[in-house]
Amino acid sequence: MEHQAVVGAVKSLQALGEVIEAELRSTKRWELTAEGEEIAREGSHEARVFRSIPPEGLAQSELMRLPSGKVGFSKAMSNKWIRVDKSAADGPRVFRVVDSMEDEVQRRLQLVQGGQAEKLGEKERSELRKRKLLAEVTLKTYWVSKGSAFSTSISKQETELSPEMISSGSWRDRPFKPYNFLAHGVLPDSGHLHPLLKVRSQFRQIFLEMGFTEMPTDNFIESSFWNFDALFQPQQHPARDQHDTFFLRDPAEALQLPMDYVQRVKRTHSQGGYGSQGYKYTWKLDEARKNLLRTHTTSASARALYRLAQKKPFTPVKYFSIDRVFRNETLDATHLAEFHQIEGVVADHGLTLGHLMGILREFFTKLGITQLRFKPAYNPYTEPSMEVFSYHQGLKKWVEVGNSGVFRPEMLLPMGLPENVSVIAWGLSLERPTMIKYGINNIRDLVGHKVNLQMVYDSPLCRLDAEPRPPPTQEAA
Amino acid sequence: MPTVSVKRDLLFQALGRTYTDEEFDELCFEFGLELDEITSEKEIISKEQGNVKAAGASDVVLYKIDVPANRYDLLCLEGLVRGLQVFKERIKAPVYKRVMPDGKIQKLIITEETAKIRPFAVAAVLRNIKFTKDRYDSFIELQERLHQNICRKRALVAIGTHDLDTLSGPFTYTAKRPSDIKFKPLNKTKEYTACELMNIYKTDNHLKHYLHIIENKPLYPVIYDSNGVVLSMPPIINGDHSRITVNTRNIFIECTGTDFTKAKIVLDIIVTMFSEYCENQFTVEAAEVVFPNGKSYTFPELAYRKEMVRADLINKKVGIRETPENLAKLLTRMYLKSEVIGDGNQIEIEIPPTRADIIHACDIVEDAAIAYGYNNIQMTLPKTYTIANQFPLNKLTELLRYDMAAAGFTEALTFALCSQEDIADKLGLDISATKAVHISNPKTAEFQVARTTLLPGLLKTIAANRKMPLPLKLFEISDIVIKDSNTDVGAKNYRHLCAVYYNKNPGFEIIHGLLDRIMQLLDVPPGEDKGGYVIKASEGPAFFPGRCAEIFARGQSVGKLGVLHPDVITKFELTMPCSSLEINIGPFL
Repeated sequence: MEHQAVVGAVKSLQALGEVIEAELRSTKRWELTAEGEEIAREGSHEARVFRSIPPEGLAQSELMRLPSGKVGFSKAMSNKWIRVDKSAADGPRVFRVVDSMEDEVQRRLQLVQGGQAEKLGEKERSELRKRKLLAEVTLKTYWVSKGSAFSTSISKQETELSPEMISSGSWRDRPFKPYNFLAHGVLPDSGHLHPLLKVRSQFRQIFLEMGFTEMPTDNFIESSFWNFDALFQPQQHPARDQHDTFFLRDPAEALQLPMDYVQRVKRTHSQGGYGSQGYKYTWKLDEARKNLLRTHTTSASARALYRLAQKKPFTPVKYFSIDRVFRNETLDATHLAEFHQIEGVVADHGLTLGHLMGILREFFTKLGITQLRFKPAYNPYTEPSMEVFSYHQGLKKWVEVGNSGVFRPEMLLPMGLPENVSVIAWGLSLERPTMIKYGINNIRDLVGHKVNLQMVYDSPLCRLDAEPRPPPTQEAA
Repeated sequence: MPTVSVKRDLLFQALGRTYTDEEFDELCFEFGLELDEITSEKEIISKEQGNVKAAGASDVVLYKIDVPANRYDLLCLEGLVRGLQVFKERIKAPVYKRVMPDGKIQKLIITEETAKIRPFAVAAVLRNIKFTKDRYDSFIELQERLHQNICRKRALVAIGTHDLDTLSGPFTYTAKRPSDIKFKPLNKTKEYTACELMNIYKTDNHLKHYLHIIENKPLYPVIYDSNGVVLSMPPIINGDHSRITVNTRNIFIECTGTDFTKAKIVLDIIVTMFSEYCENQFTVEAAEVVFPNGKSYTFPELAYRKEMVRADLINKKVGIRETPENLAKLLTRMYLKSEVIGDGNQIEIEIPPTRADIIHACDIVEDAAIAYGYNNIQMTLPKTYTIANQFPLNKLTELLRYDMAAAGFTEALTFALCSQEDIADKLGLDISATKAVHISNPKTAEFQVARTTLLPGLLKTIAANRKMPLPLKLFEISDIVIKDSNTDVGAKNYRHLCAVYYNKNPGFEIIHGLLDRIMQLLDVPPGEDKGGYVIKASEGPAFFPGRCAEIFARGQSVGKLGVLHPDVITKFELTMPCSSLEINIGPFL
């Protein structure tokens, strides 16, 4: 009977459910190829060449015309059974070197033919296989036995429940084909939200839960004044360098600045005041007018605090923002020219460093980060300043997760905020926690037009306080 | 943040004890430093240039330590050790003294020609100094680190240090035509004019970065001694004649610059750090500088300033309850010698010349907090009671995003910066018609302008995802920027919503249906009455003729929709028909 016909019958019986049990077994064995069978019968090519050479030798040209000539000649040569005399009068002549020889190839093939392939070593078998004399064949067999629903009569199974079956009740006596629960379902047609913006939504949610009001940040273009000068960042500060900041050619300069306030800022930078020594340099209005792409959202915080200072009497506030910032930096796997900054700000009477740390603890707890440590740091516009570190279980070390501090009086007092009001603030990037959360090592795989949409389609919900997935193999620094 | 690399064993020797790497890392963290890397010269060279080049290099262990950008006093081994020893209360902060010489004071006379190029100069003398190879190397490296940081790559201040015994004062700081300056510079064997030098240094990997500071000026700054020997041509190079060596005993230091305050700070830092090795430790010999107006000043300033801060202010700002005596002790550990005076609540703090970073009481508060230990401060929640509000534009954006995804569109996140080509040429527009803001210093074409439309970003996203099954349905809600002379900065963001449909058929009806759905979501009825919406046939270079409509809602034009022009599709390296929609959502607030 045809092998395939039996296999087909077994498979269709299997599809009926538990009628039979069939166990697939496969065995491997060695078989001779057509050429191998010929050699087992007639001897190897080299043996045939050897035998065809008479004691007086044979012209090489004649030998080559024999059916086994070409293959047999070179093998016989390398076995050192024969030699060539090139000085013979009528062209090269082939002679026997030995009187007799053992045809190992034939013997081995006969062993295989006799079902004793296992007597050959791995090396010998593979040599014969390379010469295409031997082939390994896999034979599939089924061990068939009665199944739990064994029956000698079969009826066709229904695949699906139909409205007719429901109304006629015929479903009661029909067998149904079992489902394969190992198969995947069909994904619904749907749109998807971008993973980074899902994380943004969660951060917004956290701030809102903590009672923080969202600041307007819908101005990518900012003057140097609001981006730097208002923050008491001196005009020679390296961040104001062409190498770090995108300046604008058009519109190159801010048209309006709040000149009263500008004068106070100028004085604080160049001469000091409000208890400060100042930086003691010549402050230039032209420098402050230079337009740029904001390098941080702290410029928007400065505007918000300035507006707050104009409202009398002072009322405490909690502010936040999450938006794009721009840096003219060298790009690499973790740095792009634009990224999102998350910022939180609290302004109230008598805020302390302990308050800042307390808020940070609550904020990071909501992100699922509970082990925090604070390191003294330097930021031009906060004093005291602290970098926030958290212990990363995957990387087994402390990693920086944010930066924070108390805004300098030289920034707040020229705005007109009351002297006993402190403003504490912190910031972090949106991309970094997202990369850690989703196990992404290259920022280009997360933002920009080159992202793989499949990644967007497949990204899970953002639940920041839930267990993170296993850490990435490489640090997303 | 500047990084200082010091030999570990030398550091431990100076600290009088050894640490494990972890212990030292912990100490750094507490003090506000960061042990960035543990390496060796050999490792550094092998990393940068391969193992072969590293073969003969030293494998002495180096600590690379990140130092806060305003702590110039920690930029060398000497300063780091002093700072840490005082912090750990193993030594008392030394007192730096300026003394008059026994003989004649060294004089540096500034001529008025310097006014236009580099008007300020300060000077001092380190007498009877004793270098070793390590101390000498540290001295040279400190100058380099100061040059890179506070000196802003020599633009604000440049330092020259000279073997005083090879020179004879008084010195003159002047400015001359480059062709008139001729001397043998450091590491060269013959004399060159300044013009020749500027040419030679164009290929010098180290010096080429400083040439621009004076290159195009008619006069170059130069310092001579009384015999016409060139000490230096700041900020480029010193003369070879007065070069210092390990054996130099008396050093003349000059700092020239455009920022007087910083020049004085730089000089103070160098002399406070290295007067440690003078015969009279921590003593610096004064030098006199005569300004063009005839006034003369003595340097280094080495000024000690007294500040008064109330103990309860420190406690209140940090959130701790320490006695004034304890606070004074904490501050003293931070190199700020302090004592309780007056009513017992006042603390008098002495700011040494090494701590130019202390400019306000808040800097003192921070140091008290650092010495107390940030991680020892009790965390508390402020009682600030506030009601949260969302920024209305962002609130609307968030709501719309979810429903756009529910409508089957996938959110893209594309860059706000792009090339002129993306927003103009590729869309068949002239760049002047876009009213885009232009960046003056982009490193690549990708950052020439801020986008004026979201469409290019979405089309580029599709181009990068052509292998994905069709149709592709994308959207983005984000800001674009347009020049606007009515705002203070001259430009304004607009919140746009853009969607594209990309398939074997243009699918205008799908994009049109999406518009209808968006209007439904925004509660804008169809029709021109009652602030409803209509679309009217229109045209635009980005659209296929006859397949473009302008969207009017709430009485104004809010955007366009249509089938994209085949030229646009081709220019974005796409092959299928595509329809798009872009509206400004501001009017729907």
